[in-house]
Amino acid sequence: MTTVDTSTTDTTGRSAQPLVELRDIRVAFGGVHAVEGVSVDLHGGEIVALVGGNGAGKTTLIRTLSGAHRADSGEIHINGEHVTINNPRDARDLGVETIYQTLALADNVAAPANIFLGRELLTRWGTLNDTAMQDATRKLMAQLNPRFTNFVSPVASLSGGQRQSVAIARAVHFNARILIMDEPTAALGPAETEQVRQLIRQLKAAGLGIFLISHDIHDVFDLADRISVMLQGRLVATVNKNDVTLDEVLAMIIAGKLPGGASSEPGPESP
Amino acid sequence: MTDATAAAPAADRIDRGRDSALTRLRTATEIDPRMFGMLLALAVIWIGFHFLTGGTFLTSRNLWNLSVQTATVAIMATGMVLVIVSRNIDLSVGSMLGAVGMAMALLQAEILPEWFGFGSPLVWIISLIVGVIMGAAIGAFQGAIVAYAKVPSFIVTLGGLLVWRGVAWRLASGRTIAPMDSTFQLLGGGSRGTIGGTATWLVAVVGCAGIVALLVAGRRRRQKYDFTLRPIWADIAIGVAGCVAVLGIAAVINSYPMPVNLARNYAEERGMEWPEEGLTIPLGLANPVLLMVAVAIAMNFVATRLRFGRYVFAIGGNPDAAELGGIKTRWTVVKTFMVMGILVAIAAAVQIARLNAATSGLGTLAELYVIAAAVIGGTSLAGGIGSIPGAILGALVAQSLQSGMVLMGVDAPIQDIVVGVVLVVAVALDSAYRRRLET
Repeated sequence: MTTVDTSTTDTTGRSAQPLVELRDIRVAFGGVHAVEGVSVDLHGGEIVALVGGNGAGKTTLIRTLSGAHRADSGEIHINGEHVTINNPRDARDLGVETIYQTLALADNVAAPANIFLGRELLTRWGTLNDTAMQDATRKLMAQLNPRFTNFVSPVASLSGGQRQSVAIARAVHFNARILIMDEPTAALGPAETEQVRQLIRQLKAAGLGIFLISHDIHDVFDLADRISVMLQGRLVATVNKNDVTLDEVLAMIIAGKLPGGASSEPGPESP
Repeated sequence: MTDATAAAPAADRIDRGRDSALTRLRTATEIDPRMFGMLLALAVIWIGFHFLTGGTFLTSRNLWNLSVQTATVAIMATGMVLVIVSRNIDLSVGSMLGAVGMAMALLQAEILPEWFGFGSPLVWIISLIVGVIMGAAIGAFQGAIVAYAKVPSFIVTLGGLLVWRGVAWRLASGRTIAPMDSTFQLLGGGSRGTIGGTATWLVAVVGCAGIVALLVAGRRRRQKYDFTLRPIWADIAIGVAGCVAVLGIAAVINSYPMPVNLARNYAEERGMEWPEEGLTIPLGLANPVLLMVAVAIAMNFVATRLRFGRYVFAIGGNPDAAELGGIKTRWTVVKTFMVMGILVAIAAAVQIARLNAATSGLGTLAELYVIAAAVIGGTSLAGGIGSIPGAILGALVAQSLQSGMVLMGVDAPIQDIVVGVVLVVAVALDSAYRRRLET
């Protein structure tokens, strides 16, 4: 009754070719193994949640995909192609956009400057085209968050939800195929959380593949299609959300206990 | 805040009924309130000194001198803004000025004339170019240690403060090097180093046209994208105020005449009649002041309109965000130090041209005045906040205090005490204002 999907093969009716495959990723900091041979995958139009306690290695794992860390070993495949990601620019060139837990905004500049940070629109003389960037930001926000109206103040003066909107707008504006969201609702109130959830569903419907890192198990059950559980740098298992209960997932997070009492050992690595 | 031209309608959100006329003027014209405050402070200082000195401060002679004295610090302060905004500091600018100035002086007084002969234009051109390259190289070197070796800029440039002062000494074994090339001397803005009355008016008119062109272009851009426009009266008010200020400055500068001897020479050289009562010939804008204006415009363009400037501010606001945004943060930091070095070389050229000599003590303590100018001008040492016009105003405020006290006959130690106190008070006021904004 409960199926446990520990391989990269797909059991549901999605396209056979995964959008992203992380294969046998290992990352160590000094002598500490933060990630030890983890494999996960993601399809277009799918949300895969990465869950686990603090220090389980989920952020470190995903940062190898966003270009913020380099993996010590392992392979990253996008659309079946083996790719090398050395820095955030490489990741973005491959259509991978990341929304960091800290949002990674430059607090002293306005929303348009943040959204276009590193990818500014220029005039034909090579100078910043602030008016065009502001215009694009207005159009983008009209879709994402119509209540967002402050395009000139430094983002430090915006509310948590508005700052989150800026971070999301930055990620989706450049035709991302793969979105990484690290704790997207952690700093938000209930209304803003619902708004961001709605936005995530909207992006999924648009065909993006989304890796969702969250401590909020309700977020995870609300949004995710599959759940990959990590414990102490290893993958416990990847399960379909509909096949497990909330308690079973919690047991996996805390004790590495597989649903149905099958095994308490960390899950086998992909072949 | 770094870019007033792209600002949208702050005025729309404000309940106009509750605001004073002054606030309404400020919001509609979108002038940065800190800039506004600084202009007010400058007005208070000027008027105060005018009374305290029995009417000698606000004279064309004093204001003309003030403009020349402000130039070198202001030139360097524009670069210091970028350095401080990127969360760094450069304590070595005074010593660097000494070393670069000494190198340029040696080149044109002792080395190059042997090759090209005294008076050859190549002498001053080559020494100026070598000076600028030397400034850029020193800046790049220090910046690279800061950015790539991750040594705090405070330490790197504190080391630089000692090293470059030593270099300035070793280059000439402590001698004073003089004289400078006669064409080169024009850079210093002595009584011959000015552009004259007609050219001063011309510069002012061009400045006016520039202000109007910017306002018109700004309105057009907003119209094109269908943004709310500033009320037309606000744009007209800015334009009129800007033009009045520019033309007024030109008028003040031009009312300072040449000293009698110089005027007589000037008249003789041009075969003019020398009447009994003498001639009033305006000196016009001094070359270093013209240079300062050009540097300020260029640096403001760099800071607000180029990607490099945007990246400097982004790094200052959040270095991690800048890095994750794909910005080459370390290279950007190196470039800020290079720009600083080039501006130091320009200031050094002005200084040695003005003194007609280079001494090994040239530029001592300049770093403190430059940092003070930037900080009084609203640059935050925490990084991410600062502006070029602010730094120019800051330099002018500091220099006004000093020159006012000299006119009053205040002792040098008291002058230092006052400038020190003002620096701390200015920063205290600024951070109090900023805290109020955050709540």
